[in-house]
Amino acid sequence: MKIAIPVENKTLEANVSTVFGRANYFLIYDTEREESVFVDNLAQSSAGGAGIKAAQTVVDQKVNALLTPRLGENAADILEAAGIKIYQAINASARKNIDAFGDGKLSLLDEVHAGFHEHGDN
Amino acid sequence: MKIAVLSGKGGAGKTLVAVNLASVAKKSTYIDCDIEEPNGHLFFKPQAVREEEVAVLIPQVNHDLCDGCRRCIDFCRYNALAYIKERLIVLAELCHSCGGCNLVCPQNALAEIERPIGKIQTGISDPVTVKTGFLNIGEASGVPIIKQLLAGLETTADSLTIIDSPPGSACNVMESVKEADYCILVAEPTIFGVHNLNLVYELVKLFNKPFGVVINKCLETENPAEKFCVENNINILARIPFDRELGLLNSNAEIAVRKKEEYREKFSALLNTVAKEVRHEAAAYSQR
Amino acid sequence: MKQLLILSGKGGTGKTTIASAFIKLATAKAYADCDVDAPNLHLVNEWKTEPKKRDYYGLPRAEINDELCTGCDLCRQNCRFDAISKAEKYMIDPFSCEGCGVCEYICPAQAIKMVPSVDGELMLYSDVEKAFSTAQLKMGSGTSGLLVTEVKKQLKSVNVGAQLAIIDGSPGIGCPVIASLNGVDMVLIVAEPSLSGISDMERIIKTAAKFGTKTVVCINKYDTNLEITEQIEEFCRRHDLPLVGMIPFDFEAVKAINNGQTIVDIDCASGTAVKEVYQRTMESFA
Repeated sequence: MKIAIPVENKTLEANVSTVFGRANYFLIYDTEREESVFVDNLAQSSAGGAGIKAAQTVVDQKVNALLTPRLGENAADILEAAGIKIYQAINASARKNIDAFGDGKLSLLDEVHAGFHEHGDN
Repeated sequence: MKIAVLSGKGGAGKTLVAVNLASVAKKSTYIDCDIEEPNGHLFFKPQAVREEEVAVLIPQVNHDLCDGCRRCIDFCRYNALAYIKERLIVLAELCHSCGGCNLVCPQNALAEIERPIGKIQTGISDPVTVKTGFLNIGEASGVPIIKQLLAGLETTADSLTIIDSPPGSACNVMESVKEADYCILVAEPTIFGVHNLNLVYELVKLFNKPFGVVINKCLETENPAEKFCVENNINILARIPFDRELGLLNSNAEIAVRKKEEYREKFSALLNTVAKEVRHEAAAYSQR
Repeated sequence: MKQLLILSGKGGTGKTTIASAFIKLATAKAYADCDVDAPNLHLVNEWKTEPKKRDYYGLPRAEINDELCTGCDLCRQNCRFDAISKAEKYMIDPFSCEGCGVCEYICPAQAIKMVPSVDGELMLYSDVEKAFSTAQLKMGSGTSGLLVTEVKKQLKSVNVGAQLAIIDGSPGIGCPVIASLNGVDMVLIVAEPSLSGISDMERIIKTAAKFGTKTVVCINKYDTNLEITEQIEEFCRRHDLPLVGMIPFDFEAVKAINNGQTIVDIDCASGTAVKEVYQRTMESFA
C-alpha cells in the first residue's frame, strides 16, 4: 500500500512536519516495494486554503493512508471523502513512523481541529 | 456628517469615544463595524431590533455537467475547490466570491448560490439608531458585512453618523473609513499606543481624510502620544484623563454621558470641536 | 520545543505587557509576536542588533498595461470587489483588489497581469543564544494568516535549543488568531474585567476549544471592576478553566513600559502578581 507523510526535508530521516498544509514535501512511500518518492507541496506558499490544496496533492498520489501529527477540518473532509485513512503520526522521523505504522502501532487520528482558514481579509 | 472612530489596536477607547459621541447628539446613527467583536450594542442595549442576514455568493456544482477538467481548481487562488472521487467539492469558507470558477468552466457546470456569513442588527436606543454587524464565528472576512452596513447611508449635512471601526489597519478598517468625512484616532499615552497610533495615522494620510487625535487614559506623567502629535503637527481634539469612575462605567457597558452631566459636557465639547473641523475642511475643500 | 500562546480576544488587555514579563521570567530563548497588524513586543525587548528583514508576499495583485488596454470595460464589469475604476484610463485600487485573477482571465487584450505584491515585512532578531521573530503587515493588506504562519516558521528556523517558545498572539477571533493557535501546546488568556472583555473572552475560548488546546486564564487590572472579575471567575469555574492569577491595575506598569522595561524589571504590584501567574501557568504546562 501507499502512504503519505508530510516532511520538511527529502530524506527518510526527516522529522514529520507538524503543519500538514504547509509542509515542504510529502513523502509517498510504497510499503510493498519499499520505495519512496518526494512530492513538492505546491500548497506551501498559498495565501489561503493550503490544507485543501495539499490534500488534493495527496489524493492525486492515490495513497491509501496519511500519517500526520494534526490536520485541519477541511483537509480531513477531503481525505475522508477520498477514502484515505488518517493516522496520528508520532513526533519522530519519517522512517520511524513508517516502521511504527508497519507494526500497527499508530492509531487513527481522532481529533481534527477546526478549519484553519488562512484566508485573506483580516 | 460621517465620522469614523479608529485606533491602531483594540482597548484604546475607540468604543468609549464612539458610543458617547453618538449619545450627545440630538439625533444620530451609530454603526459598529468592529464585526469580529462588536461591543457597542452592549452599551446601547437597543430596542425594536430588526435583523437582516448578510450573504455572499458561492459556487454550486451541477455534477451532471461537470466533466472533471479541473480548470476551476487551477484558477481558484483561494484553494476553495477540490476534485475528489470524480466529484468537484466547494469549500465554502475559503471562497472569496470572485466568480472566477464560474467564468472558466467550459461546461457551464457552476451556478452561484447565497451563503450567510453574518448578520446586521438595527435597533433604537433613543435618540440613537444602532446598527451592528456580526461576523459568524469561523468566518474569515467581514468586509461584505461592512460594505452592507455602510451602504445607503443618508448624508445630509446635519445628520450625524458615527462609525466604530475595527481595530488595526487592515482592509476591513479601510472599508470602514472610505466613506467618512472625518476620522478620530483614539490613542493611549504609552509607547505601545504611539506605535499603534502611527499605523492608523499612515492610513488616514493615505486616504487623505481630515483627522484629529483623542488621547485616552491620560496620566500626569510623561505622555509619548502627546509628544508624537506635537512632532507630527497633529491636531489633538481632546485629552481624556485616566478616571476610575469613567473606567468603571465603561467596563459595565454604561454610556457615561447618560450617567453624569460632567461627561456629557466633555463629549458635547468634543463633538462641537469635530463638527467645526468638518465644516472647516468642507470650506477649505470648496475653495480648492 | 513547547509553545505557549498568549491571547486576549479584545485588544488592549495587557497581552504584550504580560508576554514581555513572561519572556523575562522564563529567560525565554525563543519568542515571537504574532500580532502582525500592530506588533508591539519589539518595543520592550533588549535587542541591540538590527533584525534580518525580508519582504512578505501575499496574494498577487492585478496591474493594467495602458498600452495594451482597449477600454472594453470587461474587467470592470466582472470585478466583484469594485477594485477597477474608469476615468481617463482604467485603474486598479490595490487596496480593494483581492488578487482573484478574474480580470486577467477576462481581458481579451492580455493587458492585465497578476504581479506579486509586498504585503508586509518579516523581521528576525537572533544570536547564538536566542531568537525573536516578528512581522509587520502592510497597511490595508489582508493575508495576515499566512504571515502569522511565516512568523512562527521563522522562529523555528533558528536553532537555539529552546525548550519553550512564548508567542504573543493577535487580538480578535479571526484568521490570524486561528493561524497563531495552530501547533501550540497551551494558551494563556489575558482577560479584562469589562462586559466587552467577557463577551470577547467567551468567543476566543470557543475558538481555542475547537482546537482542543489546553487553556488557562488570568485577569488583568482585576480591581478596576470587581463585580465583573467575579463573573469571570465564575465563568472559569463553570467551564473548568484554571484561573492562574489576577493582576491589579498599576500606574507603575505604564511607567515601566514607557521606559522600555517589563513590569518585572521594577518593583511593583503588577510585577509581583505576574510572577505568580507565571509560576502557575508553568505548573499547568508541565
